[in-house]
Amino acid sequence: MASVPAVLQSEWTKVRTVSSTVWTLVSALVVTVAMSAGISALMKATFDELSELEQATFDPTFVSFSGMILGQLAMVVFGVLVVGTEYSSGMIRTSLAAVPQRATFLFSKMAVATALALAVGMVTSFLAFFAGQALLGEHRTTLGADNVLRAVIGGGLYMGLIALFSMGVATMLRSSILSLGILVPFFFLVSQILISVPKAKTVAQYFPDQAGSKIMQVVPDALGSDVAPYGPWGGLGIMCAWVAAALLGGYLVLKKRDA
Amino acid sequence: MIELEGLTKHFGAKVAVDHLSFTVRPGVVTGFLGPNGAGKSTTMRMMLDLDNPTSGTVRIDGRHYRDLAEPLKYIGALLEASKAMHGGRSAYNNLLCLAQSNRIPASRVREVLDLVGLTAVARKKSKGFSLGMNQRLGIASALLGDPEILMFDEPVNGLDPEGIHWIRNLMKQLAAEGRTIFVSSHLMSEMALTADHLIVIGQGKLLADTSMADFIQENSRSYVRMRSPQRERVLDVLRAEGLAAVEAGSGVLEIDGATAEQIGELAARHQITLHELSAQRASLEEAFMQMTAASVEYHAHAAGEHKVPAKAPPGAPGAPGAPDQPGQPGQPAVQWGRSYEERRRRRSSRKGA
Repeated sequence: MASVPAVLQSEWTKVRTVSSTVWTLVSALVVTVAMSAGISALMKATFDELSELEQATFDPTFVSFSGMILGQLAMVVFGVLVVGTEYSSGMIRTSLAAVPQRATFLFSKMAVATALALAVGMVTSFLAFFAGQALLGEHRTTLGADNVLRAVIGGGLYMGLIALFSMGVATMLRSSILSLGILVPFFFLVSQILISVPKAKTVAQYFPDQAGSKIMQVVPDALGSDVAPYGPWGGLGIMCAWVAAALLGGYLVLKKRDA
Repeated sequence: MIELEGLTKHFGAKVAVDHLSFTVRPGVVTGFLGPNGAGKSTTMRMMLDLDNPTSGTVRIDGRHYRDLAEPLKYIGALLEASKAMHGGRSAYNNLLCLAQSNRIPASRVREVLDLVGLTAVARKKSKGFSLGMNQRLGIASALLGDPEILMFDEPVNGLDPEGIHWIRNLMKQLAAEGRTIFVSSHLMSEMALTADHLIVIGQGKLLADTSMADFIQENSRSYVRMRSPQRERVLDVLRAEGLAAVEAGSGVLEIDGATAEQIGELAARHQITLHELSAQRASLEEAFMQMTAASVEYHAHAAGEHKVPAKAPPGAPGAPGAPDQPGQPGQPAVQWGRSYEERRRRRSSRKGA
């Protein structure tokens, strides 16, 4: 069998030698931090205009992650491109000829890319948190407060999982364009819209992004959001189940279909 | 050594590869020949375990491809070269990721780049490469693991004469080093120059598995080409001598079973004027077309009369690999594979008369 460290090294070379890696990950960080900072400043300025319920459940940690709605899209693009360019360039045939063991190939690739996404996600999450707190003024919280560290680390985990989920979907669909065409509108529009429609939200709260983002809330059901039937870790668990399903689907497609 | 056993591939209802069994032996260049759509690329992809066979097996030195720990060290392959690398990555980095996955040292990457003459552009993104450069990059990737077996899928496609010459010599040199070389082509003339052994397929079926020498021996028909203003007399005289003549258009007759000398003397005896008389041998291209005629997937249907396939030029009778001439002006395009059949039928009907 192929040597796993060798394949990991090879996949690391692949990830670091394409320009899309840099621009997607830098975008994820910059967009998330900048937008989170902007919304935190806005919240501080308009705190008095919030409803009573929103003031009561005000979650300064969660507010400082507001930019992730947009920033996660860059993570989706990163995840999709890591897998999708193998197909669009035709490199997949060369890659599989070099590493014919499908599981070793796929999971090494995903491990390397997810580790990178996770590292960038963690940095992004901490930067967004500190930037947000600095701008929230008297409404701020600290890393030492109850559950705050869990939420900040959770923000990093969330970004890594979003990237991994996208890799799984791209492996199933075997196309960057198709994957982006489905995932970007889904995370940016469909999920966001359905979660605010009364009947649909009971389903939408089990979507990977909605469930997973619960980990970033310190105050349960922050800012008057709906009561979820699961806690922060339960939500992350639901997201992990989605990721596992995408990975399994991707692996089966890679194994069964002709390259 | 590569062994194929009953290899079959269906795409839906279409049978792309149909119970192929053959062995590719070491130390020689084995040519894999077939018209477009015959299943060559599909077969090669199955050999690399990229496509899953519907049934049958491929063994590389007795093992399945998927069981090879570091396959690049056993078998190097050039697939469609322009579609095998990431264009946004430099030539060096493209090769480096392949090398690393099979624990091949980075120094070998520089070696193969040097070997194919791409050192100067090693750091350039491969999407800016020309077809020839991409082909060289693909060959560099095949040579990366210094493998005993090399597979090339249509390596000369789209290359300039210098590139073609380079690839031919490279393959011969690699075979001389005792390696197994398996190379596909749809051009018989190309194969005749490089291959020692020949495997011909048509519509996924094995049509021939023979040495090149035997193939040439069996398939190069010799005949005499003649042109005369007294066509009717010639035909009468030939018939009287029991010789079969086939009309090949433009007043040209082709005669089997006699030498040019005999025909010339015969004409002299009957005082027939000759405008042309020459000994000819059918090109291997023609033999190949005849063999695959029944299995050509996409026939061109030209209107009107069918032009006879081009012959080897008189100066080089029977020279394997004589370039097949494009349709001459004013004549309909060659109807691939069919014209030969047609002529054969005409010849046999004439014999019967």
